[in-house]
Amino acid sequence: MNTATTIDDALTAPAGASSAASPTSTGAASSTGPSPAAATASVTTPRITTPAMKPAARKRSFKLSRKLRQRMLSAIAIVSMFALWELACIVFNISGLILPRPSAIFAVLLEKGPLLWPHAMQTLYTTITGFALGVLAGVVIGMIIGSSRFAYDVAYPLLVGFSSIPKVAVVPIFVVWFGAGTVPAILTSMVICTFPVVVNVATGLAHTEPELQDVLKVLGARKLDILWNVGLPRALPYLFASLKIAITLAFVGTVLSETVAANKGIGNVMIIASGNFDVPLVFAGLFILAAMGIMLYVISSLVEQRVTGWAARGNEVAMG
Amino acid sequence: MNQPFIDLRDVTVRFGAADSETSTLALDRTDLRIDTGDFVALVGPSGCGKSTILKLIGGLLSPSSGGVIVDGREVGGPHRTRIGLAFQNPTMLPWLTVRENVMMPLKIVEPFRQHYRAKKKGEYAERADALLAQVGLTGMGDKRPWQLSGGMLQRASLCRALVHEPQLLLLDEPFGALDQFTREELWGTMQNLWMTQRPTVLLVTHDLREAAYLATRICVMSARPGRILEERNVEFPRPRSIEMSYAPECAELVQALRLRIAEARSDLSPRTTEPSVSLVGAEKEAA
Ligand SMILES: Nc1ncnc2c1ncn2[C@@H]1O[C@H](COP(=O)(O)OP(=O)(O)OP(=O)(O)O)[C@@H](O)[C@H]1O
Ligand SMILES: [Mg+2]
Repeated sequence: MNTATTIDDALTAPAGASSAASPTSTGAASSTGPSPAAATASVTTPRITTPAMKPAARKRSFKLSRKLRQRMLSAIAIVSMFALWELACIVFNISGLILPRPSAIFAVLLEKGPLLWPHAMQTLYTTITGFALGVLAGVVIGMIIGSSRFAYDVAYPLLVGFSSIPKVAVVPIFVVWFGAGTVPAILTSMVICTFPVVVNVATGLAHTEPELQDVLKVLGARKLDILWNVGLPRALPYLFASLKIAITLAFVGTVLSETVAANKGIGNVMIIASGNFDVPLVFAGLFILAAMGIMLYVISSLVEQRVTGWAARGNEVAMG
Repeated sequence: MNQPFIDLRDVTVRFGAADSETSTLALDRTDLRIDTGDFVALVGPSGCGKSTILKLIGGLLSPSSGGVIVDGREVGGPHRTRIGLAFQNPTMLPWLTVRENVMMPLKIVEPFRQHYRAKKKGEYAERADALLAQVGLTGMGDKRPWQLSGGMLQRASLCRALVHEPQLLLLDEPFGALDQFTREELWGTMQNLWMTQRPTVLLVTHDLREAAYLATRICVMSARPGRILEERNVEFPRPRSIEMSYAPECAELVQALRLRIAEARSDLSPRTTEPSVSLVGAEKEAA
């Protein structure tokens, strides 16, 4: 139970921080959709799969079937949303230029699939590269800030100020420096996803129990020993909680930059398509983005569960 | 034994700037001497600076003035006295097994550290297991901390404090959160460990019977700012038994200590310049 709250806190902390700070990133984050819904899902799942709980076999099968039922329900919800959309378009006779029917969008996806594929790959590549760099930077900065009061005091205001700059405003600068194309997209997604990682890693490090630090210090442990043996493992669940947010933000950064200055990528396709009033293609791009966003989110939360399974029960020990 | 193992001379500890309103004088020109191999219990009213003394000796805190000497060297520098520390809260790392938790000091303290990765690791694991067995946790090494009860965790935390064979053991209310039976059982364990390894022990406790059972000497502290009011040698023969701790001589000792502390509590010591009552609630937290 404690984990749920901790991870929840960790989730809301950076999200809250960036929402206070940067209107662009939050607006975009909430428009990506999957984050809040999937967040609750991933918080509840470890509770069910915790190995230490050892529920009776009957109980487990019941829980499994409940999980299955949940899955089915959400599948039904998605399908019926599309059906409703389709129906509404027909009933109200909505023009394909305003809101194309899902069937038309899927048709475009099938038809233009081979053409869209390289663009999707470009977006994916940019996002993952930016994400990796952003997380790396975030972990390093977070470690420095989280383990030194001085660094925290000096760097934190700077970071908040930096992250409160709307990222759209940064893209033109990157374009001036590096020219239009992949580099500004990577940099934008890197910059946009660093902050939540920094906040979470720093929070995780700060959560190291002072008594435990004392136990180690008395042994003559160096700062690096404590960081390595206690701080980093303790910060790991926080880090992974932030990865889920970071990956969606990285995605936002990529598409943002692609729509402004690029000749490749889904964002670019969508901007060109909307210039040509090819609305179904715009929506097809949207669908691809949503699918990729969900995929990346699911991957990062699966990794989280694997790596920090101990946190599902561990925090109770820390409290007790 | 002319040179004491631990020597606190005229130690003053003040939290916060000396001239500020909110500063707290925790220790005021305190002296304390502990000989090698002694088992000293430190008792006194809440918030009088017991944990502060422990932290001073452990090098976790430096005195505002005065000297803290452990094993002939000033604390604060790179002193290499092997020290073990255990708190009321066991603070095990949840991502490690109990055995790995117990072995943690070996990963950090020289000379064990340099052998940790090499062939010695199996040997260290055996040593941890032996200690765990000694406190009644046979076969628990592979469990995770959350699978153990509070009392079991506390025992494991004692093992962690002892695994590197410390010359000095600092214990801050290590049995405080346990039920009476577990506590008494652990007193016995503690006595055995002390009698076999013979480290110097400083035990902070609120339980006067615990102090009488375990200690060779009991130091009573005054209310804040703390000073040692009285020292009593405890001469009961060892190994002591729980029955002994209920015997009339022991009850007499406990009663005497109790009166002394009650006196110290009610005595709004004339050396106290700031209001000491208002902080009482917060002190437990701070400790
Ligand atoms: N880090 C700190 N900052 C400010 N004041 C402190 C700090 N640590 C302790 N104090 C104060 O110093 C005094 C002594 O604290 P200490 O923790 O040594 O008490 P204690 O004797 O261990 O009490 P208890 O028996 O309740 O554990 C208390 O009044 C406390 O408020
Ligand atoms: Mg204390």
